[in-house]
Amino acid sequence: MNLATDYMGLKLANPLVASASPLNADIGNIVRLAAAGAGAVVLPSLFEEQIEAEDARRVDLIEGWSNSFAEALTYFPRQSEYAVGPDAYLSLIRKARSEVDIPVIASLNGITNEAWLGYALDMEEAGAHALELNIYFIPADLTLTGVKVEQRYREIVRSVSAALHIPVAVKLSPYFSAPGNFAVSLAEAGARGLVLFNRFYQPDIDLQRLEPVTDLELSRPNEIRLPLLWLALLSGRVKASLAATSGVNSPDEVVKYLLAGADVVMTTSALLRNGVEYIGTLRRGLEAWLSERRFDSVDQMRGLLNQSRVSDPQAFERANYIRILQGYGSTRR
Amino acid sequence: MNGRPGIRTVMDGNTAVAHVAYRVNEVCAIYPITPSSTMAELADQWSAEGLRNIWGNIPVVQEMQSEGGAAGAVHGALQSGAMTTTFTASQGLMLMLPNMMKIAGELTATVFHVAARALATSALSIFGDHSDVMTARTTGFALLSSGNVQEAHDAALIAQAATLKARIPFLHFFDGFRTSHELNTLFLLGDDDIRAMISDDLVRAHRARALDPEHPFVRGTAHNPDTFFQAREAVTPYYNAVPGIVSDAMERFAALTGRRYRLFEYEGAPDAERVLILMGSGAETARETVKVLAARGEKVGAIQLRLYRPFSAADLLAALPATASAIAVLEQTKESGAPGEPLYLDVVSALAAAAGRGERATMPFVVGGRYGLSSKNFPPSLVKAALDELARRDAGGRCVARHGFTLGIDDDVSHSSLAADESFSIEPDSVTRAVFFGLGADGTVGANKNSVKIIAEDAGRFAQGYFVYDSHKSGAQTASHLRFGPDPIRAPYLIASAGFLACHQFGFLERQDILGLAAPGAVFLLNSPHGPDTVWDRLPRAVQRQLIDKRIRFFVIDASRVAREVGLGSRTNTVLQTCFFAISGVLPREEAIAHIKKSIQKTYGRKGETVVQKNFAAVDGTLARLSEVPVPAEVTSAFDSPSLVPANAPEFVRRVTAPMLEGRGDRIPVSLVPADGTFPSGTSAYEKRNIAEEVPVWREDLCIQCGQCSFVCPHSVIRSRYYHEDLLAGAPPTFKAAPVNARGYPEARFTLELYVEDCTGCGLCVEACPVTSPREPGVRAINMVDKQPVLATAKENLAFFEKLPVNDRARVDFANVRGVQFLEPLFEFSGACAGCGETPYLKLLSQLFGDRAQIANATGCSSIYGGNLPVTPWTKDREGRGPAWSNSLFEDNAEFGLGFRLAADKHLETARTLLAELAPAVGEELARAILAAPQIEESEIREQRARVAALKSALAGIDSEAARNLMSVVDHLVRRSIWIVGGDGWAYDIGYGGLDHVLASGRDVNVLVLDTEVYSNTGGQASKATPLGATAKFATAGKRVPRKDLALQAIAYGNVYVAQVAMGANPQQTLQAFREAEAYPGPSLILAYSHCIAHGIDMRFGMKQQDLAVASGYWPLLRFNPAMRAAGLNPFRLDSPRPAIPFKKYAYNEIRYSALADIRPNEAAGILAEAQATVNAKYRQYEQLAGLDAEGFQAGVQPLAPPSGPPGRGP
Repeated sequence: MNLATDYMGLKLANPLVASASPLNADIGNIVRLAAAGAGAVVLPSLFEEQIEAEDARRVDLIEGWSNSFAEALTYFPRQSEYAVGPDAYLSLIRKARSEVDIPVIASLNGITNEAWLGYALDMEEAGAHALELNIYFIPADLTLTGVKVEQRYREIVRSVSAALHIPVAVKLSPYFSAPGNFAVSLAEAGARGLVLFNRFYQPDIDLQRLEPVTDLELSRPNEIRLPLLWLALLSGRVKASLAATSGVNSPDEVVKYLLAGADVVMTTSALLRNGVEYIGTLRRGLEAWLSERRFDSVDQMRGLLNQSRVSDPQAFERANYIRILQGYGSTRR
Repeated sequence: MNGRPGIRTVMDGNTAVAHVAYRVNEVCAIYPITPSSTMAELADQWSAEGLRNIWGNIPVVQEMQSEGGAAGAVHGALQSGAMTTTFTASQGLMLMLPNMMKIAGELTATVFHVAARALATSALSIFGDHSDVMTARTTGFALLSSGNVQEAHDAALIAQAATLKARIPFLHFFDGFRTSHELNTLFLLGDDDIRAMISDDLVRAHRARALDPEHPFVRGTAHNPDTFFQAREAVTPYYNAVPGIVSDAMERFAALTGRRYRLFEYEGAPDAERVLILMGSGAETARETVKVLAARGEKVGAIQLRLYRPFSAADLLAALPATASAIAVLEQTKESGAPGEPLYLDVVSALAAAAGRGERATMPFVVGGRYGLSSKNFPPSLVKAALDELARRDAGGRCVARHGFTLGIDDDVSHSSLAADESFSIEPDSVTRAVFFGLGADGTVGANKNSVKIIAEDAGRFAQGYFVYDSHKSGAQTASHLRFGPDPIRAPYLIASAGFLACHQFGFLERQDILGLAAPGAVFLLNSPHGPDTVWDRLPRAVQRQLIDKRIRFFVIDASRVAREVGLGSRTNTVLQTCFFAISGVLPREEAIAHIKKSIQKTYGRKGETVVQKNFAAVDGTLARLSEVPVPAEVTSAFDSPSLVPANAPEFVRRVTAPMLEGRGDRIPVSLVPADGTFPSGTSAYEKRNIAEEVPVWREDLCIQCGQCSFVCPHSVIRSRYYHEDLLAGAPPTFKAAPVNARGYPEARFTLELYVEDCTGCGLCVEACPVTSPREPGVRAINMVDKQPVLATAKENLAFFEKLPVNDRARVDFANVRGVQFLEPLFEFSGACAGCGETPYLKLLSQLFGDRAQIANATGCSSIYGGNLPVTPWTKDREGRGPAWSNSLFEDNAEFGLGFRLAADKHLETARTLLAELAPAVGEELARAILAAPQIEESEIREQRARVAALKSALAGIDSEAARNLMSVVDHLVRRSIWIVGGDGWAYDIGYGGLDHVLASGRDVNVLVLDTEVYSNTGGQASKATPLGATAKFATAGKRVPRKDLALQAIAYGNVYVAQVAMGANPQQTLQAFREAEAYPGPSLILAYSHCIAHGIDMRFGMKQQDLAVASGYWPLLRFNPAMRAAGLNPFRLDSPRPAIPFKKYAYNEIRYSALADIRPNEAAGILAEAQATVNAKYRQYEQLAGLDAEGFQAGVQPLAPPSGPPGRGP
């Protein structure tokens, strides 16, 4: 069975990718993922804000009390080599590169233009095979127009991909007026891959303490619907590789995403629920499905149900919506 | 100058010495003690980093459990042939003395580096003098003294070269703080220079003398009267050779580097009549002063003594001009009862012998004088005062200088002090002198250290920086004394007249005379929230007067605002440093700004361009916002600086404490300072420091009156009282009260009040509050607000609150946290760090037992915030009772406290015997009641107090020896609570032997270990309580063994009450443990988890971190009560549930753990796994113990009750 997949020009043994998550901050997990048969691994996002906050915190805690008491001018060993800035992240890239053979994709979330470019170059130099831009950005400024927001995305993509030799992917949110057009414009700006979709931070409220709750819920299988729709719409129509993410819980979702046209399928929730070795289960499930249907390779089935190839292209457009509503009513009875 | 001077750089004395010592040794055995700790820390750091010595190997650095241990390890390593050293000071040197005698007796080459420091007498002092090294002068070590940073650096090498040749061990010393902590320009010795001085042949000879089974011999035998004496005399030739060997080494050194030193270095007029002889940094001041005076034609001179032991009379005589007729030997030590201090006696004997032999025509007139004890400032004016004294002549022209005079104090008791002309100065105009006043946390010192580096290293000037800190750990004032000039700076004394003066905290202007240090025409920079247009009106009259009279150029900047605006948050250091460079004139402005920017690039470059740009913006923004304030011709202010203490404060506070608070402590005369170290309790209440910008306010409508906030408050600023509602009459309109939250008291009101001026703003109370408002997001029953708007009403309310009656202890429920809030804390407003994890435990102790507690406190944080002047936080209650507190030493605290118990038991026995004897006279009923009184519950204690009061009345009317004797011990009839308090450095390491012995004694003492898991007071060095995987000083690469389980060790005795507590996890369990421990009639040990700034946490969440420590299973809460076993129950109670979170979730909140992952990520993961396994295993072990029955534990011996029968019953 040939599961080989091309993702942004990277050769993957199979289309299953461990998406950016804290799991992948641990080199042990990365090694286990590779051994279990992951096609590639995306490292957790490096957050510019977090790095700066951590540096500032470290400075406060180490230096905040220094030089104020005669007996103890400092309270910590003088470390000439405290890891500052992205050092720890870059060393994770290097370690992952030296310990596993699968492609290692770095992920970056910046705030300032300097950081987008600076950290991206650092990551390339550290040996990342590709870079995923996690443009995690809530336009909380109510004067900011949608046009401006899209422009900002494109500018980041343009400047980073022009500066790097490795391929650059963008992890997108679905919340654009015309996600398809926007995706096409990002590809034109230089994105070699599009990851659909990012799950934004969506706070809950604790009614007891009257505080926002910032925990993250794992994705559920029914969340595949939205990415599925846009994968099907974009597959074959955009000059970029497509990655599906959100809602993978079993081999079924993997197959569905591939049928809709995804080049690779990413998951975190399934691995958090079932352990990193579960990626092997997903791969075996995919293989079993392909064998059952007598496919020789994953390429043969990829995009079989994308919008340009299904017999009823409208199924992915408005009619789909209408039918679902009707169906909902009938099952209720 | 011949030779290569070396690379020019800036260092403090400790670093300069360690740089050499590390390179010429293979083994360092270390232990922290101020002010020498830095040398050991650097050695440990360099070893961890793999820095090599001149032979290409990495020295082994081993922390020991005490200086005694370090000296033993040094002795062993030397006997085994390793090049070995150690670093110490003061009490540490005292603990080394026995081994030093051995090392010297065995003719062993080594150098001990000592940052000389005062020995503790009636008081401890961390500051510099020679009382420690003078005490070591009988050990047989050669004593080599250096007087400045460069000399200390060079002498470290000269001593090493000499000891190898001489086989006599060397003690190389330099002045604690004055030299050890002074930053100064120096020329650094290169490894080639060091190699050139050290003979490998001699190193091999040293090795060849080592113990070796291949060539066995015996060393360290015991002699009898027949040979011991001869053995002592056999070493004499070795000592005789030392001065020559040291001189040779100094000559070789001069040839290499161009820097020439002599054993006795004379400075001054060749035909001097008046000569001073002294050692250390003071000698530098003396030499510089006589240089100036001699140039003016005065016949004066000074001799700097470098090799003190072996004392070379011949070299002294050679250095001393034959014309010298009056000599003063100045010493930084006091030897009470001696005819003179040690060096004086040596000089007199050398001169007398020379005169007797006819080598000198006449015997000069020689007197001794004392100066500089505990780093007392020793400026040129005092040198001149000593020389002037030598000029005093009687009518017959004979010198009548006083012997035993003192310099720098006002001795109005023995009238030893010499008056000095304070305006006398020798400082050249070419030197820029700048003084900066800042707060510890505001970055002033750090920025000034950086400026010294910039000016000395980048701009090529010579520079000096010396930094003075007050005794508080939080909100401390710092004063930075900086000098810059074209020539080497040889001025080891404070700046008295500064051309540039900066005050980085507006409030200081009202507290002390900042401008007193301003030279006429000086530039004054004030960091002020008030701009150039309004600031003048905010200045007190005295400040305005000085600005006018001294024609001071006055600049203001709102540094906090600039920092905020450019995105630097609260870090004002770059802003204020820029101001200094812009207006001080130390460098041309443009050049200065370029240097700052270069330095910023160097410091922050690794952290990214953004940080660099923000700091650049701060520099540019500063220049734009720095304003000169035109100084009017007249004083216009209507107010003066308020007195720091209220007019109704006790006389001692007004006359002694207040001047210390105002920075005028140097002027307090001898007569006002207690001769025996006895100081009044509770003076911290008079020091209103006002260091918090935010303070808590109480929401009476939300409060459930649980007492958690006051329980955790480290500074005892939160107080609660309940009272009858009628007492609210006359309350200020903003005074808050709520109905008491308990049934059956409809007319009772509850008030929680805050000492806002004493609050440090740590926020622990807010985090401890369990209440959240159901309607207002984020609002609790206690919340932080800006202080200034609430200050006036808060003070008014507090004044009313203080008039409310104190709650009756007999009616307070001691058994729960809610009740404890009504007990008066007898430990308040200490100078501990904001959010300190230790002090809440001490406050609890003081609330529960303070009125009958006697406390032995080991040296460390708790002895410093507990007893470092100017103020004392241990206080007394309304009835005048309170903890009687004392600090003996670091190493002996358990024994010291046991002594309290032995005496108390003896006195109790005496009292009971006498009472029984006097029963017919005082009343049989009363005597019987007193003798049989149970004294466990507070109500029982109160009843006993009433009976003892009645007994005292009765005794007062009886005229007999027995009655008078009983009166002298009668207070012991109230059960005395003996507490032994200290940190983990004491309990686990240096005092462990004593603690173990005291626990084994069976006596009724209560030991409280404030366990921060490091030596917090000296700056976070590892102790045996430091956990696996944490980094600490002396464990730079992470501690590789788990912490000692002191609880289990004590439990093994069977009869020791043991508790492990963490207030932040379970305050009720803490309270229970304290009460059980105190009630248990044998030894008790409480291990109290104390979060600490040395953990690298946000202190506001200290209690939450304690909770995580328990939740992770790292710090299980337990109580082992032997009394339970006697009742047939399992004495071991595990009070905390099974681990609910992984160890990492607790540990990685703290820099001490996470640093390892930052620095050595590969190793950190493995160590973390090991640490988790240790936690798991330890918890399982405790669970097994909790599952045993009474028979599973050995009984231990019964606690030793006082001889006349127990005053109390068992718990």
